[in-house]
Amino acid sequence: MSLGVRAVEGERLADPILDGWREQLRAAADAGTTLVIEGGRSKHFYGRPISGEPLAATAYRGIIAYEPTELVITARCGTPLAEIDSALAERRQMLAFEPPRFGGSPTLGGVVAAGLSGPRRMAAGAARDFVLGARLLNGRGELLNFGGQVMKNVAGYDVSRVLAGSLGCLGVLVEVSLKVLPQPPEEASLRFELSESEALERLKGWAGQSLPISASAWNDGALWLRLSGAGPALAAAKLKLGGEMVEERAAAAFWTGLRDQTSAFFADASDALIRLALPAAAPVLDLPGPRLIEWGGSQRWCRAEAERWPALRDLARACGGHATLFRAPPDFVPDEVFTPLPPPLLRIHRALKQRFDPAGVFNRGRMYPEF
Amino acid sequence: MNARCHERSDFVSNPSECTRLLAELRSALPHLTLLDRLEDVRPYECDGLPAYRQTPRAVVLPRTEAELKAVLDGCRRHRVPVVARGAGTGLSGGAMPHAEGIVVSLARFMKILEIDPRARLARVQPGVRNLALSEAAAPFNLYYAPDPSSQIACTLGGNVAENSGGVHCLKYGLTVHNVLAARALVLSEDGIDDVLFGGAAPDSPGFDLLAALNGSEGMLAVVTEITVRLTPKPETAQVVMASFDAVAAACDAVAAIIAAGIIPAGLEMMDRQAIAAVEPFARAGYDTEAAAILLCESDGAPEEVRHEVDRVIRVLEAAGVRQIRISQNEAERLKLWAGRKAAFPAVGRITPDYLCMDGTIPRRRLGEMLSAIAAMEQKYRLRCANVFHAGDGNLHPLIMFDAHDKEEMGRALAFGAEILELSVALGGTITGEHGVGIEKLAQMCVQFTPAELAAFAAVKAAFDPLGLLNPDKVIPTPARCREYRQTGGTRPEERDARTESDG
Repeated sequence: MSLGVRAVEGERLADPILDGWREQLRAAADAGTTLVIEGGRSKHFYGRPISGEPLAATAYRGIIAYEPTELVITARCGTPLAEIDSALAERRQMLAFEPPRFGGSPTLGGVVAAGLSGPRRMAAGAARDFVLGARLLNGRGELLNFGGQVMKNVAGYDVSRVLAGSLGCLGVLVEVSLKVLPQPPEEASLRFELSESEALERLKGWAGQSLPISASAWNDGALWLRLSGAGPALAAAKLKLGGEMVEERAAAAFWTGLRDQTSAFFADASDALIRLALPAAAPVLDLPGPRLIEWGGSQRWCRAEAERWPALRDLARACGGHATLFRAPPDFVPDEVFTPLPPPLLRIHRALKQRFDPAGVFNRGRMYPEF
Repeated sequence: MNARCHERSDFVSNPSECTRLLAELRSALPHLTLLDRLEDVRPYECDGLPAYRQTPRAVVLPRTEAELKAVLDGCRRHRVPVVARGAGTGLSGGAMPHAEGIVVSLARFMKILEIDPRARLARVQPGVRNLALSEAAAPFNLYYAPDPSSQIACTLGGNVAENSGGVHCLKYGLTVHNVLAARALVLSEDGIDDVLFGGAAPDSPGFDLLAALNGSEGMLAVVTEITVRLTPKPETAQVVMASFDAVAAACDAVAAIIAAGIIPAGLEMMDRQAIAAVEPFARAGYDTEAAAILLCESDGAPEEVRHEVDRVIRVLEAAGVRQIRISQNEAERLKLWAGRKAAFPAVGRITPDYLCMDGTIPRRRLGEMLSAIAAMEQKYRLRCANVFHAGDGNLHPLIMFDAHDKEEMGRALAFGAEILELSVALGGTITGEHGVGIEKLAQMCVQFTPAELAAFAAVKAAFDPLGLLNPDKVIPTPARCREYRQTGGTRPEERDARTESDG
């Protein structure tokens, strides 16, 4: 049997950049220091603030394979998201979870390690839903392949999806394979003047129906909907939904500003930005500042003083959800930014960290102070 | 098939501890159904893959979570291996018992706890049947999308364990994409914890351990409650049957459909041997002269479906289709699907036994794989019918043989192993949806390096430090891999050399 595929793979992996990372890893493990994995630094605000020697993931870049008819793209971790986007757009395809750019130049590795998804998340799925495979450099210096480049794969545990959103705490995502989807043939946006409670009520009603809603956002008395699909389906949905049509360019600017948090709501940096993730059916919440609601009610952003964060976290928990101190003002150094884990879950996290990164080198403390 | 499994156990347990556990359970839980006579436990000796059998020491069927927890805690204290079991429809021996352990059947946990049509979710116990959930959601015009072909019998707990797929997963996802949360019992040195993985709110904090639980084959935790997303029923659906003179042309047509930006609700392929087995049995109306047929389904609003079917037909015509049939009503649609759904039993009718493989490969390598399988039919002197989930490259070659002929069975197993190894060599995987179980342990040594297998063992140990849950499955020991290679199995030579030198 031909082992040609792997022979090529072996050559490709004899890479000076990866060797350099292993050197850094060995040195950090010996010295008991932390390596901070860095991509485009577009999400450096996210997670607990940590310090350590940077590991420059941007150096290892490039698309390895993109076969539009397979709906799969494989690229090195340092590949700029913009490069992936333009390769996909050329074939009218996209990353359907709409990863946020935050006004910077994110890399593929950072997108997957942060596991954040944009406006299309409730319709299309989250970052983790599109991860098909990953190659990891763990804290033992081993290169490990999980998953693959195919749609269905249940050989072994689904570690590559676990790596999505792991914030680099289990190692460096060296390569990632993602499922891609065709761009919707058409899109249209609608706007409704509605109060927060009316908007949530409408969203709940629409959720149970087969409607081509690909994004929703409510802020300051207006609910925006984006519809995606074939022309006839959009026409039918528009009739059913009502609202006023938004001009195409204004709509595109709105959804991009929302995805990348460049719109006015997110602009004021003096307050903290707190993210509440809730069951969609959660009621209107008494939040201490301006709020923006996405994902049919499941994601709610609140601008508030950083000191209000623990109370908001408890409120989210009481509603069956969780909260994140997404952005803190520069003078505020939080101990926790994510909702703490119950002890049995924390035990599993620590055990995984211990086994994947025994010396605790990679991004130690970025997610939780305990690992 | 009547072959017995002679795999030795890698898990060392003390038989007298199991005896003590059973005595303890009998006195502490007098109402617990506990079976330990040979004739009572025999029905549990295998799952849907009868080639691998093992009678357990006992089978318990708890009715309440308190009972389940007490049983698992007993296993924990006595270090007795335990295999959780749903409907036993699995196809990789994942539910095969441990000789010195007990089987915990979750069949009695069959309550649908909640259906919330506004939030489009359902909360169920693990023993609820897949189809029963869709039936219960039907009055709200909702259904549960993953539809493995065993959906009449298989349970949602089993679906989580296997990360089950079905014929609609290209568009609607696998189990992992449709499960929002799972409550599960986790065993540790110190006790048993009731843990919620995931949640009704998106993006739970911490690592996505729910993703690991899906497809973990019962080795990480025992799931007691599952919250799933329900999908609005499409207003209408239409299926196109397209036949081709050459398998390669059918494969090209699949690629062309995807290239056109169409994600069909279902996209299935059958080759000549499969059509020949199915048509006399199901009378689905397939083109029996064709080398291959495709079934391509569109669903959604009527205008959307009309539009998509028109586009599919244009693509098929450009791809050199022989014949096209389009379902004109629901009865015709179901009839066209009935053939595909009956493919396994239809093949079962023309051969005493068959082995069903489950490799997944990049779609563009389908043609290569089919030519290789045709050559293997000559080499092993056995027939093989091919059924695929063509949309996602998941192959189900059905190797026909007679299990009473030991020599022939040996050839069938070697045939299957070669297909799986070729799946890996073509850039794919040994299993797309049936799981590794006990059946594909050897091929795990082909797909993964020792370091990768050690990483899986690390995941197992992080969840189940005592190693009691479904031991000896999925992850082969290094010794087993060495043995497999010495007896002629292929191996990832380059990858081994590289990884070992990684230090």
